[in-house]
Amino acid sequence: MNQHCSSKLDDILSQTRHLNPQGAININDTIVAGIYNAAEEITNLVVRQQEKPRIDWDRTLDDILTSRVWGFPSMLLLLSAIFWLTITGANYPSELLATGLFWVQDRLTDFCHYLKAPEWVNGLFVEGVYRSLAWVVSVMLPPMAIFFPCFTLLEDMGYLPRVAFNLDRFFKKAGTHGKQALTMSMGFGCNAAGIVACRIIESPRERLIAMLTNNFVPCNGRFPTLIALASLLVLGLGTTFGATFIVVGVVMLGILMTLFVSWLLSKTLLKGIPSSFTLELPPYRKPQVAKIIVRSIFDRTIFVLGRAICMAAPAGAVIWLLANIDLGNHSILIHIANFFNSFGQLIGLDGFILTAFILGLPANEIVLPILIMSYLASGTMLELNSIQALQQLFVVEHGWTWLTAVCMMLFSLLHFPCSTTLWTIWRESASIKWTILAAILPLSIACAVCFIVAQSARLLGLV
Amino acid sequence: MGLTNQSCGSRAKREIFHRGRAKVDYVIALAGNPNTGKSTVFNALTGLNQHTGNWPGKTVIRAEGKFMNQGLIYNLIDLPGTYSLLANSAEEQVARDYLCFNKPDATVVVIDATCVERNLNLVLQVLEITPKVVVCVNLMDEAKKKKISVDIKGLANILGVPVAATAARDGEGLEQLTNTITDVVKGTIKINPYIVRYPEPLEKAIAQIEPQVRLLVGEKFNSRWLALRLLDNDTAIIKALKKMFPQEEGFRSKTGGEPGHEPALLQQIR
Repeated sequence: MNQHCSSKLDDILSQTRHLNPQGAININDTIVAGIYNAAEEITNLVVRQQEKPRIDWDRTLDDILTSRVWGFPSMLLLLSAIFWLTITGANYPSELLATGLFWVQDRLTDFCHYLKAPEWVNGLFVEGVYRSLAWVVSVMLPPMAIFFPCFTLLEDMGYLPRVAFNLDRFFKKAGTHGKQALTMSMGFGCNAAGIVACRIIESPRERLIAMLTNNFVPCNGRFPTLIALASLLVLGLGTTFGATFIVVGVVMLGILMTLFVSWLLSKTLLKGIPSSFTLELPPYRKPQVAKIIVRSIFDRTIFVLGRAICMAAPAGAVIWLLANIDLGNHSILIHIANFFNSFGQLIGLDGFILTAFILGLPANEIVLPILIMSYLASGTMLELNSIQALQQLFVVEHGWTWLTAVCMMLFSLLHFPCSTTLWTIWRESASIKWTILAAILPLSIACAVCFIVAQSARLLGLV
Repeated sequence: MGLTNQSCGSRAKREIFHRGRAKVDYVIALAGNPNTGKSTVFNALTGLNQHTGNWPGKTVIRAEGKFMNQGLIYNLIDLPGTYSLLANSAEEQVARDYLCFNKPDATVVVIDATCVERNLNLVLQVLEITPKVVVCVNLMDEAKKKKISVDIKGLANILGVPVAATAARDGEGLEQLTNTITDVVKGTIKINPYIVRYPEPLEKAIAQIEPQVRLLVGEKFNSRWLALRLLDNDTAIIKALKKMFPQEEGFRSKTGGEPGHEPALLQQIR
């Protein structure tokens, strides 16, 4: 039966070739024209536009937001506004949360003493697990609760495709697909989600480039770190504009790096010509504020926080154990930090910071909490409830300079993606080779950039 | 797809499938241009929380969910948003192959009331593949604001398939939509789909090829549409047909010659 059928298919195919030798009738065009004409006819019969609105707001807005002159400034302005709101708005609730949560920590310690529990119980569970949880919540929750609704608002209004439109010509110059601007925007939320979004790019070459460069935009796990470090840098100034400026600068650097590495890849490993595409700008829609708030809180904030908590609890316990089990004269943590220290110093960081980045591989959210935990475990201060206290810990006790903060921000922006993202890259590319490259490439770029910055600052005597 | 708790982190790689143990009576496909509120309709019908967002291409992962109407259980498949079904992109190919080879019991095409003409292109192409179509004219509220009126009854008369007007964001018209779907799958509504007629030479060629295609594939698939695709030398379709009706005896055992096995095609595309 099948044999019979298949010869039939070949018959039909040879007939179609015969009917249309060398494509004499352009069938595709004929079909498209036929459909378009029919659609137009039907539309004329059923649709009535009563009166043209006097001002076409969509058009007017697009003239500004996607113009060659104003497109970029307006994008920067919007981005700055969001970060300024986030940084300013998050400061106070962060302090409040920290104070409250650390008050609870003291009560938990009291409770442990009341129970006459052994000292390690209090250490492992209260100083290890609970304290890192408290840190994650107080550092991350307020910025997320402000940033996500703002971002969702822009998304709901239809601004993201305009960003893609503005960036399209740059990506084209970098030899990649314009849709990469969209997947990059997704990366601001979560790099793993950004990697999956790369499916919208057809050409395997361009999709790989988009996947390999997605982690150069900071994801929501890294924003709190960047914001905290930026706040630390401008602490003396008493204004949040400086911090906003720094965070926007870091984001811009991330975008530039994305373009640069994309260009590099498309000139070397993944050569090719960018394919063209049409990006339709959807109409602006009136945002549904209530829905946005509910969705961004439940879908994003709670979820991201939950993930951070799941990662931070065991990490807190591990850090406490590493810091309290001695090998020879020092704790294991000190041994590890010492091992990385000379290399860390070379690129403007220190051993503890590098250890924190390595231990933070499962989730970028926990890098800063791990760092604080390990500093605390090897220092004297017990309570930390404000950015001032953070400065005390970093600068006074562990000898940070502005260069350390800058290098840590750069390293955080550029270093390897988290393990979830790497796993996603492996799933999507089905290749160990590309997955390894996706980790090695950013790591070497991060080391190189930090090295150059640190060494030149030291050479110029700026530190 | 956007940033939801279904799409971030380790869940990012998972397709959203909600397959309960409950029996499904009918399978409904949801098609439409990007940005017509397709995902909003999907969420409103299934009560699922797939991310909706105002940008094209966010539904890259396939989603499906269930809803009930008049005691029947429906499985709703959210196809990627596309402007056409001529397979210029992977999304279009996924949508088209699903409609052609998986044969949903009905297809809902969501169209934007504020730009009917462009959206009708897709409707007409869907009608070429399958007659069991419900057109859902969404964003009626936006159209009203822009002082655009759409003659719903007139459209239904011309297209020969039922048309439902909705404003899915506010939940308006959804009940009528689900009732209409039930009418279509039960066959209680008379359907007489509008089929685009092409210029004479092409129609002649179709007339010559179509009967043979019907002999090959039987009544299971739409032979007119397949004939058109073959005439257009659509390599993806030819490949699919070759796989379905293998060339040599030896092949059959490996690939499984039954058309019923073919849904694997969908996976192969990604």
